Amino acid sequence: MSLVRETDYGTPLRESGAPVTLVIDGASVTVPQGTSVMAAAMTLGTQIPKLCATDSLEAFGSCRLCLVEIEGRRGAPASCTTPVENGMVVRTQTTRLADLRRGVMELYISDHPLDCLTCSANGDCELQDMAGAVGLRDVRYGQDGAQHRTVAKDESNPYFTFDSSKCIVCSRCVRACEDVQGTFALTIDGRGLGSLVATGGPDFLGSECVSCGACVQACPTATLNEKSVIEMGTPTKSVLTTCAYCGVGCSFRAEMQGDKVVRMVPSKEGKANEGHSCVKGRFAWGYATHKDRITKPMIRAKTTDEWREVSWEEAFAHAASEFRRIQGAYGRDAIGGITSSRCTNEETFLVQKLIRAGFGNNNVDTCARVCHSPTGYGLKTAFGTSAGTQDFESVERSDVIMVIGANPTDAHPVFASRMKKRLRDGARLIVVDPRRIDLVRSAHVEADYHLPLKPGTNVAMINALAHVVVTEGLIDEAFVRERCDLEDFQVWARFIAQERNSPEATQELTGVPAQDVRAAARLYATGGNAAIYYGLGVTEHSQGSTMVMGMANLAMATGNLGRDGVGVNPLRGQNNVQGACDMGSFPHEFSGYRHVSDDATRDMFESLWGVPLSSEPGLRIPNMLDQAVEGRFKGLYVQGEDIAQSDPDTKHVTNGLANMECVIVQDLFLNETAKYAHVFFPGSSFLEKDGTFTNAERRISRVRKAMAPLAGLADWEVTIRFAEALGVRMHYDHPAQIMDEIAYLTPTFAGVSYRKLDELGSVQWPCNAQAPEGTPIMHVDRFVRGKGKFMVTEFVASDERTGPRFPLILTTGRILSQYNVGVQTQRTSNNVWHGEDVLEIHPFDAEQRGVREGDLVSLQSRSGDVSLHAHVSERMQPGVVYTTFHHARTGANVVTTDYSDWATNCPEYKVTAVQVQKTNRWSDWQEQDRASGDLMRRISRGAANAAE
Amino acid sequence: MSAAKLVHMANQIADFFRSQPDEAAVAGIAEHIRSFWAPVMRRDMYAHVDAGGQGLDPLARRGVERMRGDDPAARAAES
Ligand code: SF4
Ligand code: SF4
Ligand code: SF4
Ligand code: FES
Repeated sequence: MSLVRETDYGTPLRESGAPVTLVIDGASVTVPQGTSVMAAAMTLGTQIPKLCATDSLEAFGSCRLCLVEIEGRRGAPASCTTPVENGMVVRTQTTRLADLRRGVMELYISDHPLDCLTCSANGDCELQDMAGAVGLRDVRYGQDGAQHRTVAKDESNPYFTFDSSKCIVCSRCVRACEDVQGTFALTIDGRGLGSLVATGGPDFLGSECVSCGACVQACPTATLNEKSVIEMGTPTKSVLTTCAYCGVGCSFRAEMQGDKVVRMVPSKEGKANEGHSCVKGRFAWGYATHKDRITKPMIRAKTTDEWREVSWEEAFAHAASEFRRIQGAYGRDAIGGITSSRCTNEETFLVQKLIRAGFGNNNVDTCARVCHSPTGYGLKTAFGTSAGTQDFESVERSDVIMVIGANPTDAHPVFASRMKKRLRDGARLIVVDPRRIDLVRSAHVEADYHLPLKPGTNVAMINALAHVVVTEGLIDEAFVRERCDLEDFQVWARFIAQERNSPEATQELTGVPAQDVRAAARLYATGGNAAIYYGLGVTEHSQGSTMVMGMANLAMATGNLGRDGVGVNPLRGQNNVQGACDMGSFPHEFSGYRHVSDDATRDMFESLWGVPLSSEPGLRIPNMLDQAVEGRFKGLYVQGEDIAQSDPDTKHVTNGLANMECVIVQDLFLNETAKYAHVFFPGSSFLEKDGTFTNAERRISRVRKAMAPLAGLADWEVTIRFAEALGVRMHYDHPAQIMDEIAYLTPTFAGVSYRKLDELGSVQWPCNAQAPEGTPIMHVDRFVRGKGKFMVTEFVASDERTGPRFPLILTTGRILSQYNVGVQTQRTSNNVWHGEDVLEIHPFDAEQRGVREGDLVSLQSRSGDVSLHAHVSERMQPGVVYTTFHHARTGANVVTTDYSDWATNCPEYKVTAVQVQKTNRWSDWQEQDRASGDLMRRISRGAANAAE
Repeated sequence: MSAAKLVHMANQIADFFRSQPDEAAVAGIAEHIRSFWAPVMRRDMYAHVDAGGQGLDPLARRGVERMRGDDPAARAAES
């Protein structure tokens, strides 16, 4: 665990290219064509002094420190900008070079303050290292950083500082912001020694900067430095792990001092992120040790009682006896549980095992219910497996990218950076979204077509796109003939060719001009490798599953599957939502998506677990709540999910919870759901345990323990102990053993083990005998189900209709700096970017209602009403308003309804008919929630002692 | 579960399968509900059908009846 510094090759390593052999300092080396002399030297372990080069960026050649001598060439070329050539003979160390380099360093140092001993980057500064490497002993001029000394430190960003006096103007930060992040927030102003890095705003916080940290990472000096490092000093050890926020699954080194995190640094080895990060994973980890963390188990008889802290033993015994009592009184099916998409695969697997084997029913579900369950259903129907088809890297070979109902720059930022890079390099872009999301037009990226459809008309839109493909002869006939079920294809093609599916016939519905739809369809079908990336704007509709099948139809019809650069790709929300689904968190299927009624599969589980298992599907989350409202469902074990805030129609959810006799919440904090709980098991953060997460590209990555669990037990241990209290034997000493069981029981995971993950870094399932190192791209020669299945996707309007009372459509979403229900990010400084949920409304709708920027408005639907501040924005189309659901105090889901996807019950968050009015008060629900919230969260510390 | 909710869900399912040939649609509805609805929901649906099946789309109803034939949950409801 000692501090690992990743090797910096100076310039990017080339993956492909003809081999080139050269000699460096007498040693022969062979590297791919296009490699720089600097990188080639580094593969031999020879570090050529450098300042302006780092291997996350293309070489720039400004510092002139990396000079080398090359036989037959005059002068001393810069090794970072000189590509290797066959037969080259390079010398990196000569007296002449040493003199030249010392001269360069002297100039740099002459304009740099020499307070190294007290500098925050002391020991982690490349300028310092280079001064040592070139043997700088004397500086003849300056020495006090005269040029930049007068510029004040910019401390506006909550996580890092910009101290211009230490800047060597290497422009690594500027290039990182452009090339790696794609935000173009920084520039170099001025010339020569007077030049400075500038943010284009009053300061970092007031600029376009999205706080991804790429510039801080790239900066060789203390100029851009993490505040945590300034405060705590440099780290002494590191632990390689995986971000616990979104489904990109970035790999990080947790850099520590003892058991304290100093900083999180994105790992270049991480295949999902290749050294990049976003503000959440990079900086917003302070919640893990926030004072609000609950670290003692607690119980109470009624939800209006104060919580009483108890021992783990008492908590487990109480919870188990309550669940057994409930089953005795109301029947075996009166209890259930919810696994967490934030917890590890191993933890999720154990919770569903506890429910199936211990509760004796299949009442297990997960928060994927409310986000990507239609993806599972739709892609399984079409292709035979419930997952995205590509790896992230595939986007680098896409020629046309179609983004549907997703906002990657906010919700999947690191993948968005990759996508933007490809777009800057020439890929074409189609955005299908009611809102003008950032991708439609941002720095050096502009969509060829933005189809701003009305919320709820996705299926009409995808049918219209497919109609153009079918009727204009753009079908990839060879692909369809060879790879798909022809009979289904013909039925589908006849359906889709009908005039009522044409762009002209549907434009009234979708609100998008037919010629734009036609042009976009032609581009998708004929522009080369075309890839679809989609998000919750696809799934969270009453026709979510139909839409997923519609996209699959379009991709199959145009042959855009089974190779690099194409595919149908869900951008998954939470860090482990893919994994939670894979692990058998749905009530109708075991791990690996096998239905509970499948006898052979069930036999295998029964014989390993030694208990009979139910062959009937269990209740889904909304079904559990419905049953609870009716008094037939009485006990719920919720691990790491906050249904009282995240699920739709809050009042219905809380009525259901309030009707239960024992709700067990396992979480880091007393979240909204915990207000209705009777037992609280303190959870552990991702830093406190071992396990694995599976990201949106099916990549299984290790989570490694960096500190002991604050409450003494990791989440997987809590489930084991609870199971034992219920009389279910579960014996595992380490999560590696749980993974072994998963691998034994799940064909797509058969080849996965911790040892393999340690060897390969990460692996994408299916990983088994046929694909021992995993499967980056699926359905290459055949679909998992054999032939691809076209499904007829008739458009059916949502039952949620606008009318005189509720004339606007509300659609909900998320933003970059906050994560989901906000329990984590709101306990960090990320609140400076987003302190409250606001209602975005088009100027026309605002004016009609007399609403001005910042006004408090009441947002009403048939489910309920809340008040929030308005933000008047042309990103919206008239008739559509938008908000986020990050803040519990807003309660955005009080307004959303209980309509849901026909196949999976995934809620229709994206379409709610609403009215907006100016108001001067919070809604009744908000007032009551605030009052009751305090009451329902009281903890009586030490009451147990007093009672003794 | 509330009959209104179950009816709404079943009708939505029927809406998806409606565009398929009649026999396939009925079988598709039956299979979908059988695969995804817990026994208690199916039992409540049968009870609703027995009470007249108000609000249930005719195609949805045929799917429910098809499923009922070999559903152990249906027999449990009768016993
Ligand atoms: S933090 Fe990221 S977005 Fe902000 S200036 Fe640095 S590289 Fe650019
Ligand atoms: S801030 Fe850092 S990376 Fe940017 S120019 Fe200055 S020294 Fe180089
Ligand atoms: S993109 Fe997602 S996984 Fe990566 S650092 Fe940000 S939140 Fe974490
Ligand atoms: S590192 Fe090569 S010129 Fe700066």
